[in-house]
Amino acid sequence: MTVLAPSGEALLAKPRRVGLFGQLRRNPAVIAGAVVLAVLVVVAALAPWLHTVDPEFLKPRFRLRAPSAAYWFGSDALGRDNYSRVVYGARISLFVGVTVATLALLLGTTIGLVAGYVRLLDAIVMRVMDGLMAIPGILLAIAMIALSKASLTTVIVAITIPEIPRVARLVRGVVLTIREEPYVEAAIASGTRLPLILWRHVLPNTIAPLIVQGTYIAAAAVLTEAILSFLGAGVPTEIPTWGNMMAEGRRVFQIAPWTIFFPGVCLAVTVFAINMMGDGLRDTLDPRLAKRL
Amino acid sequence: MAAFILKRLLATIPVMGMVAMVVFLILRLSPGDPAAILAGDAATPEMIEQIRANLGLDRPILVQFGAWLWQLLQGDLGNSLLSLQPVSATIGRCFGPTLSLATTTIVFSVIVAVPLGVVAAWKHGTWIDRSVMGLSVVGFSVPVFVLGYGWIYAIALWLRLLPVQGFVPITEGIGLFLSHLVLPTLTLSVIFIALIARMTRASVLEILTEDYIRTAHAKGVSERRVLVHHALRNAAVPIVSVIGIGIALLIGGVVVTESVFNIPGLGRLTVDAVLARDYPIIQGVILVFSAAYVFINLGIDLAYTVFDPRIRY
Amino acid sequence: MNSAQRLTRWTAAAAAVLAVAGVGAEPARAQDQKTLKAVMTTPARIIDPIFTTAYAARNHGYMVFDTLFALDEKFEPQPQMVKEWSLSPDQLTYTFTLRDGLKFHDGAPVTSEDCLASIRRWGANDGMGQKLMDFTKEMTAVNDKTFKLELKEPYGLVLQSLGKPSSNVPFMMPKKAAKTDPKQQIALADHIGSGPFKFVLDEFKPDTKVVYVKNPDYIPRAEPPSWGAGAKIVKVDRVEQLNITDAQTITNALINGEIDFVEGPAIDHLPMLTKDAKIKVEILKTLGSIGMVRLNHLHPPFDNVKIRQAVLHAVNQDDYLEAQIGNNEYFKRCAAMFICGTPFGSDVGAPPAKPDLELAKKLLKEGGYDGTTVVVMQPTDIGILAPLAPVTVQAMRAIGMKVDMQSMDWQTLVGRRAKQEPPAQGGWNMFHTTWVAADMVTPVQNLGVNGRGKTGGWFGWPEDKEVEALRDEFARATDVAKQKKLADAIQKKAYEDVMWIPTGVYYEPSAWRTNLAGVLKSPFPAFWNIDKR
Repeated sequence: MTVLAPSGEALLAKPRRVGLFGQLRRNPAVIAGAVVLAVLVVVAALAPWLHTVDPEFLKPRFRLRAPSAAYWFGSDALGRDNYSRVVYGARISLFVGVTVATLALLLGTTIGLVAGYVRLLDAIVMRVMDGLMAIPGILLAIAMIALSKASLTTVIVAITIPEIPRVARLVRGVVLTIREEPYVEAAIASGTRLPLILWRHVLPNTIAPLIVQGTYIAAAAVLTEAILSFLGAGVPTEIPTWGNMMAEGRRVFQIAPWTIFFPGVCLAVTVFAINMMGDGLRDTLDPRLAKRL
Repeated sequence: MAAFILKRLLATIPVMGMVAMVVFLILRLSPGDPAAILAGDAATPEMIEQIRANLGLDRPILVQFGAWLWQLLQGDLGNSLLSLQPVSATIGRCFGPTLSLATTTIVFSVIVAVPLGVVAAWKHGTWIDRSVMGLSVVGFSVPVFVLGYGWIYAIALWLRLLPVQGFVPITEGIGLFLSHLVLPTLTLSVIFIALIARMTRASVLEILTEDYIRTAHAKGVSERRVLVHHALRNAAVPIVSVIGIGIALLIGGVVVTESVFNIPGLGRLTVDAVLARDYPIIQGVILVFSAAYVFINLGIDLAYTVFDPRIRY
Repeated sequence: MNSAQRLTRWTAAAAAVLAVAGVGAEPARAQDQKTLKAVMTTPARIIDPIFTTAYAARNHGYMVFDTLFALDEKFEPQPQMVKEWSLSPDQLTYTFTLRDGLKFHDGAPVTSEDCLASIRRWGANDGMGQKLMDFTKEMTAVNDKTFKLELKEPYGLVLQSLGKPSSNVPFMMPKKAAKTDPKQQIALADHIGSGPFKFVLDEFKPDTKVVYVKNPDYIPRAEPPSWGAGAKIVKVDRVEQLNITDAQTITNALINGEIDFVEGPAIDHLPMLTKDAKIKVEILKTLGSIGMVRLNHLHPPFDNVKIRQAVLHAVNQDDYLEAQIGNNEYFKRCAAMFICGTPFGSDVGAPPAKPDLELAKKLLKEGGYDGTTVVVMQPTDIGILAPLAPVTVQAMRAIGMKVDMQSMDWQTLVGRRAKQEPPAQGGWNMFHTTWVAADMVTPVQNLGVNGRGKTGGWFGWPEDKEVEALRDEFARATDVAKQKKLADAIQKKAYEDVMWIPTGVYYEPSAWRTNLAGVLKSPFPAFWNIDKR
């Protein structure tokens, strides 16, 4: 069970008595984060049965109503029910946030590990990443929509691509430090195969910064999705997402703050939950930290 | 080291070439038609067709690309299709405001965030740590425009201390220049402070568990010295990466902040140009960006060697 | 390095950065000048007003250039640059004489040749101009100040055309500029007009601001100002039109006194502005604007007139106006295709105000609607347009139509709407737009009732020979009573054929700080006559 621990320290670490999930279960931060996320997922799944109305139904005569018994979270500029839009919005917003973060982390980490470790590839790969960073997401989104059609997939790809070089750069930076560590050099000298070195020694050390970056990407993705829909390159606006609710509320923010407040709070809670899980995850996965706690 | 820098500088050329080609293709594949935009809403299809022919947009993509490349080799980025102004002048004009805002934001964010992160790591698990982390989560999730309007309402409209909008070049007075930058900097910094503080905390926390830190403690080295000289220094690489990413993002322009505070920077220029399909501007801007990113990333890589002498190139 | 040295190094670095930041700064100007700072609804970027129909270019035109005639608030064409004119008894020859002392900003006198070249370039681009050119046999200069326009047959709209108030306005330019290919923009340096303001080329930074200064040589007419007609007396030294994109920021900047005039503040922000005693809110464009549902007549399901009529009977103007504007002080139901309250405005042929869903469903059945999906293009980046499509979509779904509403940016829409292919191959079935009412007040200008079909028609391409014949007849008619009858007949046919559906008229008020005086009502922003204290 010490796969993740550097081999040099394996002797020092006490063997874990319980499995990974057992450890995670005992971490209060992970539990709290998981519960909140689970609640959000359940809310998203059960949206139609949570006293909601059709989130796309316009009633222009009832626009910008303040929160009341009829409109729990008020109504938006087209007279749609904000409560229903927030509840339904959880579906796409959670999906976009989590998917983009996962994809960006997976691809970025892979690229970063390879670039950081294989000196020959470093220059080429990183220059390609530099170039990728220069292409604005909005342009990418508009072009992708041209090639297919405005859909969730195009939006996710358009948001993910500019994030990949950032993750890659971060991971590569850490790899550059780690690969000079004595225990890694020792592992290389003892003939350990490259993938194993990366997996055993390098990856665990990138987890802490990656989780921070990951939560940031997840939160940013939800907001970027909003900017894209606002500019006409995102999820069709009739489909509610927290992001496009906030983007549409921007014009009326000072006179109808509830249009932004409720989706904003939901977003903050989601990000907070992801963070708590992330922190707990790191503490559990990183044996050196675990030792200290 | 010099050879490394030279090699990296040479590498800009293929990167820019690649980016130029990709962007050119993306643009020509995108729907939307500059000719239709130029002609306006009431124009007939025939009129649009003729304008397209006049602009040479009806030629095969390769021919257009070749023409642009030829122009580029002569050092000419072309003129905006809309305003007819030279692209280079337009980009130059928008660069000042963006650079000013990027500088103030990064300086302010680093000054605030790094100490916060170190303290949070040092006081790991206490209420100080929790409040820093709690605030940073809020920092992530508040939309930038909400922060912007909030500052404007409180400080500009209510207290009447600062202007609502606009950018004044420094040549018109440093006071005027700074007073217009305070609110956008505060707005934009929140998200960077949140990110840098968290990253600092995470990295320092990790180092604090290392054996040599414990050795230092055991030898009676003062807490401050341990934090600054051992922990922070060794945690610097990911922190520098994140700061570098931040600079890159800021140079790329921050559309929302720029539009809320009416700062005529590169971000707004890019989005306006994309939405108007002003091909020469988009191509020029992205070319400049790709060069800038190569330079920034070179700077970051050099910073690694400063903070972590073990890293060699 | 000690800390003092370190500090110096930092300061030097900071100063270097800041010095770069200041590149391109303008020199400070004298403070005693009266500078009017304004924010326009669409900032000027493309500025040749003959090349493009964009309103921003038209507004620029009114600053820099002048017109031969101009419509006044009673829709009567009045001479502006022209001193006197006459029409021969056979109604075929117009003779115009220019006012004395008209000069371009570079000091050159305005001549007949300049005017003829300008009319020709405008006549090549503008719809009403093309019509005028069709009727024109010859245009000749009699001398430097007098020129003649000879018609092939009597044409009733000569002066209305030359005094056309909105895009494209026949502005008079120097011959050199007017010789530019009509399908190309005139050079920036050629924006030398004879209008009340001069264009400041050095300060043309469309991403930041566009600057005009008073033209001291301008000789205003003696009559009181009325729209584009009458005296254009400039009372400020300088007009800066700032490009601020964020609606909330525009409102806040006006409240904070950083700008003086906003052409079109967000209507939802008006309560914030009206409660401020130092801000005045008023409708200047009294004709307003009108929204349009445009259906594509080329492809199913809207190639079937019954199905088009079904949509006409399913929609309700109140819904559009509430969604778009939301404040009934600023909108009005109006079924007149040529705009309520204008000479040709009437509701002949319009369906009843209340939608009739049963009738709509019946029409759908009669039309044999087979569940074909309607592709609706929705522009999400233009605040005033974004709410229109969802309202129609909801109405169409309510009568059982299948709809695919596709969000896109306005420029994608503009590119795509020109495609005549079926929706499956990149075409479309429906989009929405809005028009300044001044562009819609006659059947000749009104592109919604253009019935030329696939060649020569406007996007959506309705083909209606009868309407085209009526429009020709309208153009030839010289007395108003006959024109009125023809306009009614055109509208009736246009409604039967559902060439377009009006979504109601709305008024975008302007707002300015009370230290401005003399702001004029006009269908385009007029900066003359405004004084600043």
